[in-house]
Amino acid sequence: MKAATNLQDLPTKKSSSGRAWKTLKNQKYLWMMSIPFVIWVFVFSYLPLWGWTMAFQKYKPAKGFFEQDWVGFDHFKTLFADETFFLALRNTLVMSGMGLVAGFIFPITFAILLNEVRLGFFKRFAQTISYLPHFVSWVVAAGIVTKMLSGDNGLINDMLLGLGFIETPIQFMAQGHLFWGIVTLSDVWKETGWNAIIYLAAIAGIGPELYEAARVDGASRLRQVWHITLPGIRPTIIVLLIMSIGNLLNIGFEKQFLLGNNLVTDYSQVLDLYSLKYGLGMGRYSFGTAINIFNSVISVILLFTINGIFKRTTKESLL
Amino acid sequence: MDSSTFASRKSWSDRIFDIIVYLVVTFVVIVTVYPFLNVLAISLNDSIDSVRGGITIIPREFTWDNYVKIFSFSGLITGFKISALRTILGTLLGLLTASMLAFTIAREDFQGRKFVSTFLALTMYVSGGLIPTYMLMRDLHLMNTFAVYILPGAVSAFNVFIIRSFIDGIPYALQESAKLDGANDFTIYWRVILPLAKPALATIALFLAVGQWNAWFDTYLYNGSNEALTTLQFELMKVLQSTTTGNGGDYRSKIVSAATNQVSPESIKMAITIVVTVPILIVYPFLQNYFVKGMTLGAVKS
Repeated sequence: MKAATNLQDLPTKKSSSGRAWKTLKNQKYLWMMSIPFVIWVFVFSYLPLWGWTMAFQKYKPAKGFFEQDWVGFDHFKTLFADETFFLALRNTLVMSGMGLVAGFIFPITFAILLNEVRLGFFKRFAQTISYLPHFVSWVVAAGIVTKMLSGDNGLINDMLLGLGFIETPIQFMAQGHLFWGIVTLSDVWKETGWNAIIYLAAIAGIGPELYEAARVDGASRLRQVWHITLPGIRPTIIVLLIMSIGNLLNIGFEKQFLLGNNLVTDYSQVLDLYSLKYGLGMGRYSFGTAINIFNSVISVILLFTINGIFKRTTKESLL
Repeated sequence: MDSSTFASRKSWSDRIFDIIVYLVVTFVVIVTVYPFLNVLAISLNDSIDSVRGGITIIPREFTWDNYVKIFSFSGLITGFKISALRTILGTLLGLLTASMLAFTIAREDFQGRKFVSTFLALTMYVSGGLIPTYMLMRDLHLMNTFAVYILPGAVSAFNVFIIRSFIDGIPYALQESAKLDGANDFTIYWRVILPLAKPALATIALFLAVGQWNAWFDTYLYNGSNEALTTLQFELMKVLQSTTTGNGGDYRSKIVSAATNQVSPESIKMAITIVVTVPILIVYPFLQNYFVKGMTLGAVKS
């Protein structure tokens, strides 16, 4: 449409550009309020992408950009030949997969159950309490989890000992094969109440007449949940699912960093920690950048693939 | 009213359903809250007595000693100051940037609208990663500065879009009539939009403040060796990660060390945990209504 008007206005081009100039002038405050922050975003979010060039160089901090030696895909070759990399990739995928599944099942279940609580006071109280861990840092949460699972006087061990299930305390934090479960459950403990908020809002949006009709037909509460509540929050579930899958590799590393220790490295090291330890920690900036690039690129590919699949099958899209 | 008419002919299965609902929700409440009360109780219990174990949610030998002790750590005092400062400044700056950007891209007649919002949205999907970001901070000379806590995260696309969807709900006629009265766009933003967008701003303020207060990794990465710029979370992390009381360990030697140091590391850890957590617990119930609304709004829009 814009092009068409431009063609028509061809003879009076001057006045058209004059009008554009006038709009620009009229909107000068809008530009002044946005451009500084666009530059800000450019510096802090886009410039790091320029840093990706490091992965294709034998990067030496002391040299300028044009003095660096270019090495092509050498760092990626090193990366794909490194067993630790595949271990880190496995850990990242497994823990994000477990987090993804648990991060849907628990909040949805909790939201549905909370919605069925008829005592208004108890419902509000339970909800308020359930957000609480979301607001504490992972440092605090990890400290609490470590304390609860501790070998001396930890709550879980005390309970198991008291009930006679075990003879000696279990050193939970020192067992590699337990690490994935501990991370996932810590996440469940911290985020279930918070993530349930969205589902509760979605449930609140379901028309009460549906439930009334079901009640008249004699449907039990459980059947109402199954046939009304769950289908009612389906669109919300799908949108959130696409978002989470796009972030599958960006699970962060705080949990793994804070809950992990030297005894469980084989299970706790995720891609970001790997780049931190074997890249930054050893001064191998180029190698570490290669890891970060791998991470980002796979994430974007995942996001677009999943979004495409969902777009075709359910007509829901994010992008 | 409605439920009472149906209560009389509540079926057997519905009653079991009700019981399960209340049991599970109660269980969730207990699992959530117990660890906090346990930590609080240990932090208020005599440290030598704590080594014996078995403290639940009530201190056995009440004392303030652990708290007195931790407030004599200089690192903790500095950390408290820096954490408070970054929370205040980071929140104010984040609110300003997010609300201004949201105002401009909510204006349908703004010519840069599409460009600005796309430019912002892309940052939610692609990130440079840990090491390129680290190198950038180094090149910008932000290592070992306070600014590194505030500047890099000052513009958040997510926050912009939440506020923007709130502004979309404010009638545009208000802006137009202000314009007829001779107000420029900045005045409209400041005098008309900001006061009306308070619920959204409160939500974002809470997100920003909690994020700033809870941050520790930037301290670790950029200012780890600079004691003047340490933060509370980072100090707690160092204390928690110290292996003075690893899992297990000799019971007797711990009693001895507790007796000689007056305060056992375990009690210290718990007391610091409480100090770090309490400010957030004080604030969040008051803002609950706001953030529930904000969360829902953001989710529905995106």
